[in-house]
Amino acid sequence: MTGRLIAGATLALLTAGAAAAQDGSINITTYGGAFGEALNESLVKPFTQQTGIGATMVDNADPPAKLKAEVEAGNVTSAVYDVEQSDVIALCDEGLIEPIDPAILQPGADGSAPADDYLPQALHECATAIMVWSTVIAYDTTAFPDAAPASVADFFDLEKFPGRRGIIKRPKYALEFALLGDGVAPDQVYEVLLTPEGVDRAFAKLDTIKDQVVWWDAGAQAPQLLADKEVSMTLAYNGRIFDAIIGEGKPFAFVWDGANLDMDYWVVPRGAPDRDLAMQFIAYASNPQRQADLSKYIAYGPPRKSAAAGVGTYKDGTTEMRPYLPTTPENAEKALVNDAGFWADHGAELTERFNGWLAG
Amino acid sequence: MANALDPHAAITTTASGLTDGALRTADGKPLARALARSQSLARRRAFLLVLPLLAFILITFVIPIGQMLQRSFYNDGFSANMPQISAWFAENPRGTEPDEAAWAALAADLTASAEARTIGVVGTRINYDVPGTRSLFTSTGRQVRRGIEPPYQAALTEINQDWASPRLWSAMREASTPMTANFYLAAVDRKRAEDGSIQQVEPRQQVYVMLFMRTFWLSLLITGITFVLGFPIAHLLATLPMRKSNLLMILVLLPFWTSLLVRTTSWMVLLQQQGVINDILVWLGVIGGGQRLQMIYNQTGTIIAMTHILLPFMILPLYSVMRTINPSYVRAARSLGATSWTAFRRVYFPQTLPGLGAGALLVFILAVGYYITPALVGGSSGQLISNMIAMHMTDTLNWSMAAALAALLLAAVLLLYWVYDRMVGIDNLKLG
Repeated sequence: MTGRLIAGATLALLTAGAAAAQDGSINITTYGGAFGEALNESLVKPFTQQTGIGATMVDNADPPAKLKAEVEAGNVTSAVYDVEQSDVIALCDEGLIEPIDPAILQPGADGSAPADDYLPQALHECATAIMVWSTVIAYDTTAFPDAAPASVADFFDLEKFPGRRGIIKRPKYALEFALLGDGVAPDQVYEVLLTPEGVDRAFAKLDTIKDQVVWWDAGAQAPQLLADKEVSMTLAYNGRIFDAIIGEGKPFAFVWDGANLDMDYWVVPRGAPDRDLAMQFIAYASNPQRQADLSKYIAYGPPRKSAAAGVGTYKDGTTEMRPYLPTTPENAEKALVNDAGFWADHGAELTERFNGWLAG
Repeated sequence: MANALDPHAAITTTASGLTDGALRTADGKPLARALARSQSLARRRAFLLVLPLLAFILITFVIPIGQMLQRSFYNDGFSANMPQISAWFAENPRGTEPDEAAWAALAADLTASAEARTIGVVGTRINYDVPGTRSLFTSTGRQVRRGIEPPYQAALTEINQDWASPRLWSAMREASTPMTANFYLAAVDRKRAEDGSIQQVEPRQQVYVMLFMRTFWLSLLITGITFVLGFPIAHLLATLPMRKSNLLMILVLLPFWTSLLVRTTSWMVLLQQQGVINDILVWLGVIGGGQRLQMIYNQTGTIIAMTHILLPFMILPLYSVMRTINPSYVRAARSLGATSWTAFRRVYFPQTLPGLGAGALLVFILAVGYYITPALVGGSSGQLISNMIAMHMTDTLNWSMAAALAALLLAAVLLLYWVYDRMVGIDNLKLG
């Protein structure tokens, strides 16, 4: 994510001047970078072609902060914003974004209703998901020539799969992952984490490998640790590992068991002058094929189940994207959808405990 | 007596004509007043010259820091949005069981706050003290917006049993006035119990005191190491002929000019388990391939990288002071029979103290606030208090907590500065 932010910040400076709204056109603020470019190619350009509504991409390093500042100042410059899950909850609770009527969304590719077709948590009172990314196990195939790891349990098995492990230095993702490794079913994870015993259990599981863990902070560190052979297996953002495999030809592979799915969302700021056009855009963006097209440019999956069938090849024309996407049915089978609501409630408390545990 | 060449000719003593005996200027005004006037004019002009800088510091430094620190004891997220229940808390002392009037006030506030969509702010404020309550407020807010009937106690506990929790009511009472010491309590691993007394948090939640201690201990250690490493180098630079010492000086300054991130990541390349140093040790046969040393992603990594980055801040003040020390003093001491150790200890070293004081203070204060290097190479055991401040700023968005931690850090540094001033004297500081 950090690379995306930096790229976004640079582009934001360049494009900030060209962001004035005009009649029959909307501005769309995203984090920019490779993701913004992918959205532009897969979604925004077809939108303008088919509806005749102009659309300008605005890059920003921190869209929710920009949205908040603009709504509070009563000067909203973009009709649609790309924000992350935890921001959706805060922005909606504070009344900074418009509710979205689910009736405007298009039906699934198989004709199913949006409510059934979207992944759990992909539809929110005030937001609809854009894409799905995941925090997932990646390993160095040269480290395990005999038997490849296949599950979260293997990640915690230092005897069968020797070598150090990389884990994100945050309780979010790390604690869920530990519980999955301890045999908790994905749909039970947050229930278990709500109890003090569940939290103890997660820490106890992490304790079993604590002295073999390298903790990473920035997303770029995970593929680097693997490439330097500092770790043989690591939790990582799937997009980063995909880039290392396809872009740099690294001998890495994924284990999709225990993947933690996270989403970005479209939101409409309160008081957006071109609210109707914004809603038109959001309706258009719910088209399953447009969502599937995104994976032609970047390794993020569509948030609708029925869109998975429409996924094709990467922009290099040869790489089939299905095996690399967190949303492909066989990959998503044992995945967990991250619960931002849980983290909004318990994030501070668990972060303190996590830091105390790390330091102790 | 006055002659034409006398520069003081304009001033005449009054012995000749006037009676009060005061000095006067040539035009007859009292000298003291004229002097004061011209001096105040000069002072005012000097003040006008520094005014832009003063305004700059005030606007970009003092005011923002002040506002940030204000958050550490002032948070009106609850009191501003929940006025009726806050008023009830003001009227009824701690220990009063919430009556139906209190429940009615709570229900009215919740409804109003949900309508105004400020319920998230309210929930977030209480969530700082009672984890898990943010969603209690927002979900209840959604329900009461659809309407709520008296009796309110039954209605609210019907929506969620947690509304009856004494801990929640205690936290709401705490938050009903915008002034609070709770963030400072949390910053020293304390909390307020339901009866209002202050107690320690559970041992496994205690992290800040330990991190403060670690931050100060590591900073002290790094200051010590930079002194041990930097002192001989500074001495060498100061005593070599100018041309050679300038060349060596570039070696000190070159890393100083290099980006902090580049230097930190170079240490990663050198120190990691599959890194250069471990490779060399294995190649030399000092250690076996299976016993590669863990030198990074722990406290060792933090100490090594920070020592390297902060070394120039020790060397430069030491160097500038050592350059001015006259070598004949040491020679005189030697010729009077002092051993080289005594001459160093009694004559040379005391003269370097102003530079040492400045260097040590610089390194220590920079180290106390260091953030990015521990974050990248510190692993779990090399984290410092500034990493927690950054976390609360960017991850948990609990800016009040970040402000409280930062205020404690600032206070500790000011205290150390005061102690230093009393012991060494700040006038003895020489930065260059």
